[in-house]
Formats: sequence, structure tokens, C-alpha cells
Amino acid sequence: MTALKGLALPAALLLAWQLAVMLTGLQSDTIAAPDAIFAALGRGLTEPAFWADTGDTLAAGGMGLALGFVLGTMSGVLFGLIPPVGRVMRVTVELLRPLPAIAILPIALLIFGFGYRLEVAIVAFGTCFPVLVLTEAAVRQIEPRLSEVARALALSPGARVRKIVLPAVLPRLFVALRLAAGIGLIIAITVEIAANPIGLGARLMQASNSLRPADMYATLFWIGAIGWALNWGMLRLQLWLFPATKGAAQ
Amino acid sequence: MRYLHRGLWFLASLALLVGLIWVWQLLADARILPRAFFPGPDRTWRALSRGFASGTLVADTLTTLRRLALGWALASLLGVGLGALVGTSKWAQAWIAPIFEVLRPLPASAIAPVLLLFLGLTDSMILTLIAFGALWPMLLTTVHGFSNIHPRRKEVARSLGMGRGAFIAKIALPGALPDIMGGLRLGLTVALILVVVGEMITVQGGLGARILLAARAFNAAEIFAGVALLGVIGLVTNALLGLVETRALRWQRR
Repeated sequence: MTALKGLALPAALLLAWQLAVMLTGLQSDTIAAPDAIFAALGRGLTEPAFWADTGDTLAAGGMGLALGFVLGTMSGVLFGLIPPVGRVMRVTVELLRPLPAIAILPIALLIFGFGYRLEVAIVAFGTCFPVLVLTEAAVRQIEPRLSEVARALALSPGARVRKIVLPAVLPRLFVALRLAAGIGLIIAITVEIAANPIGLGARLMQASNSLRPADMYATLFWIGAIGWALNWGMLRLQLWLFPATKGAAQ
Repeated sequence: MRYLHRGLWFLASLALLVGLIWVWQLLADARILPRAFFPGPDRTWRALSRGFASGTLVADTLTTLRRLALGWALASLLGVGLGALVGTSKWAQAWIAPIFEVLRPLPASAIAPVLLLFLGLTDSMILTLIAFGALWPMLLTTVHGFSNIHPRRKEVARSLGMGRGAFIAKIALPGALPDIMGGLRLGLTVALILVVVGEMITVQGGLGARILLAARAFNAAEIFAGVALLGVIGLVTNALLGLVETRALRWQRR
């Protein structure tokens, strides 16, 4: 019922919009009628190029996320397990963290040129810091008794990380991954809009520059749908894998 | 003792940063880092002081700061205002709030091409982009804060015969303040990203346009100078907002 209520208003707005366009016979470079947008989306979904763009965005964003997540987790575990390392890195991390990821685009552009590597580098930079902070906090909050067990069993540092630390922080690590996935998609699209001529962001920019509003709104709708599906899927997966994180799900 | 301990660690951490910058300088001097990409701290510093001396860097920084402040302020007003309206209305919670949840994962920068069609390569396009993008975190946290107000406080308001305006001003806003402050902070992060994106797309002055143009001219020192300034802006604005937050929420900790 609540879902139906949520749908009612957008549906009414769409209908009013469609009626207004049909009644006024509007021809525009900036606005498109809902039926034209859905027709454009339908055309796009049967087109290989549309799926290639979707694949480019997801691949570049996904690789960047993987890189940023691995870097962030590794440094987070290191900082959390050996507090002096975390403390001595504090100022450096706190200086780099508030820098908007998109600001390093020109530097990455000089190094990598246009293409996948540019996007992967920026997504990795942007996702690594939130993961680092969340992982470090998670490692710090491990039950002290577990560390005592590790000491009593005389585990090697490697075995300690594998057998005690990682299993203990796994649920919170997944929360970090879910948040980072959202950030990664945002950064990937942003990089494509600002400079990189691949993926859905570039498609959106092209549609805008060549005054094809129906295509533009269709792509925008598609990007929103991907973002929503990613968020929904990761949340479902998190609640299924780690039911105990329910309270902290949002 | 604890303060001394903390201070020592801060100094050690600062020393590490200085050490890292020094290593960067050594690597740049030894030509291990390609000079075309990593100009070294000395050339970055020279680009900074040259830019400040000629005044262009100051002008660009001020332009970016003005856009950031205006866009963020606009987003705060709209976000908290709309959030208050939606948060205090059962009807809006049922019919309008679900749309917010669907729109939330949409990357704010994806709206830039749409705004480009409507507003062109203008200052108002950048401002609208910031205001629209930074609005969502503030709106959502305000709605969240308002809907978490204890029912007994609502009963108090009713028994005192408070109107909706008085309820918002005297009970709901102070109660939701921790959530709202979190939203304002999140909105600032988004606003800083969007001001850079907006300036990169429109190239209407500002630090975002400056560093993108420097990249086209293969002027790495100029890029690093601009990025460093953006980092400082992010750091300072965040710290300022943090100070405001602790002051505004001081009553809570008692």
C-alpha cells in the first residue's frame, strides 16, 4: 500500500505532463513528452551501443571500486591493528580525505589520458578513504577478548588477521562496500560527464549537446534505475548475508 | 597527560607529512617521478605564489568560494524548509517521501546535462546544479530527524495548543538539529564536488575551470596548485562547520 501511494504522485505528474504536451503540441529542444522518453528508452534497450555504454560505466566503476576497496581495507586493517601507524598517518589522511575526488581528474588526465584507466584511478581514490575510515573504526571495536585468544593461541600476525580480525569485521566491511559502491557509481558518472568520453555519462552529455532531450531523459532515467537497483541489491545482500546488521542497515 | 600524549602524536603525524613532501621533492629532483605529471613541491609552490601575485588565482578561488557558499546556502534553505514541511505532515510522509527514496541514489552530477539545456554555460547553471545536488542529503536528514521526534513531545505541543509553525520552531527543529547538522555537512561535501564539476563543464572561471584548462595546457604545476587550494577549501569549510556543529549542539551533552 505504501509503495502504491508513493507511485501515485509521480504517475499523476507524468500523466499531466503528457496531457500538457499533447494539448499544446509542444516542440522543444529542452523538454520531451513522457511517451517520447519511454520510446527512446525502449529503442536504447534494443541497441548494442546502449549496453556497451552501460557496460563501460559499470566496468570502470567496478574496477575502481575493487581497487579502492582493497587499498582502503588493507590500510584500514593496518591502521586499526597497529594504532601508532594510524596515529602517525592521521594528518596526511585528514588532509587528503576532504579533497573532492573529481578534483584529481586533471592530474589523472595528464597521466592516463582518456579511457578506462582515468576513471578507475579516480573512482579508486574516491572510494578508498571512506572504506579506510570505516574499516579502521571496525577493527578498533573488535572485542578485546578475541585479541587475547589470538595471543593465547600464539597466532602469527597473518593468521591473526585471517582467523580473528577479518571474520570479526566482515559485516561492517560489507556495509563499507555497499556505501563505497554507491560512491563509486556517482564518481564514475561524474568523471564521464566532466571529461571522459565513455560510458553512460558521456552518452548523457552527447544527447544534451546535440539537443536530443528524449534520449537525454531516457539515459538519465536509466542511470537512476541502475543506481537504485545497485543500492537495493546491495542492501538485500547485506541483510541476507549478515542479518545482525539490520539496525545499522541505513 | 592525555593532552600531551595526543599533542606528541599530532606532531609526529605532522612530521611524517613533512617527510613525505620532502621525499616527493627528492624524487622529483632525481627525475624518478616524470616531471610532466608530478612537478614537485617547489614548482607547485612557485605556481601558487605566482598565481597569488598576479591575482588570477585569488579571483578564481573567490569565484569558487562564492558559488560554493551561495549554492550551499540555497540548498540548506530549500532542503531544511521542504524537509520541515514533509516531516510534519502525515500526508506528505505517505505520498511524497517515497519519491525521495527512489531519487536518492541518482548521482547529482547526472542532472548537469539537463541543466545545461535549460540554462546554458552560465553561472546560474552552476548554482542550480549545486543547490539541486546538495539539497537531497539535507532534505532526507531533516525528514528523518522530524519523524523521530518523541510522541510525548508532540502531545506536549498539542496540549499547549501550539500551531504547526510554533511546533516546528520550538520543538521539532531543535530536536532534529543533530540530524540536520549531519545533513548540512554531507551537503557541503556534495556541494564542493558539484562546484568543481560545474566549473569544469561550463568553464566560467573558478578553480575547477582553472585546473581543467591547465591540464589541456599540460601545465602540471598549475594543476597541483589548484588541487591543493581545493583541498584547503574542503578542509577549512568542513572544520568551520564542525565548530558550528559543536556549538549548536552544546546543550545536548548536558
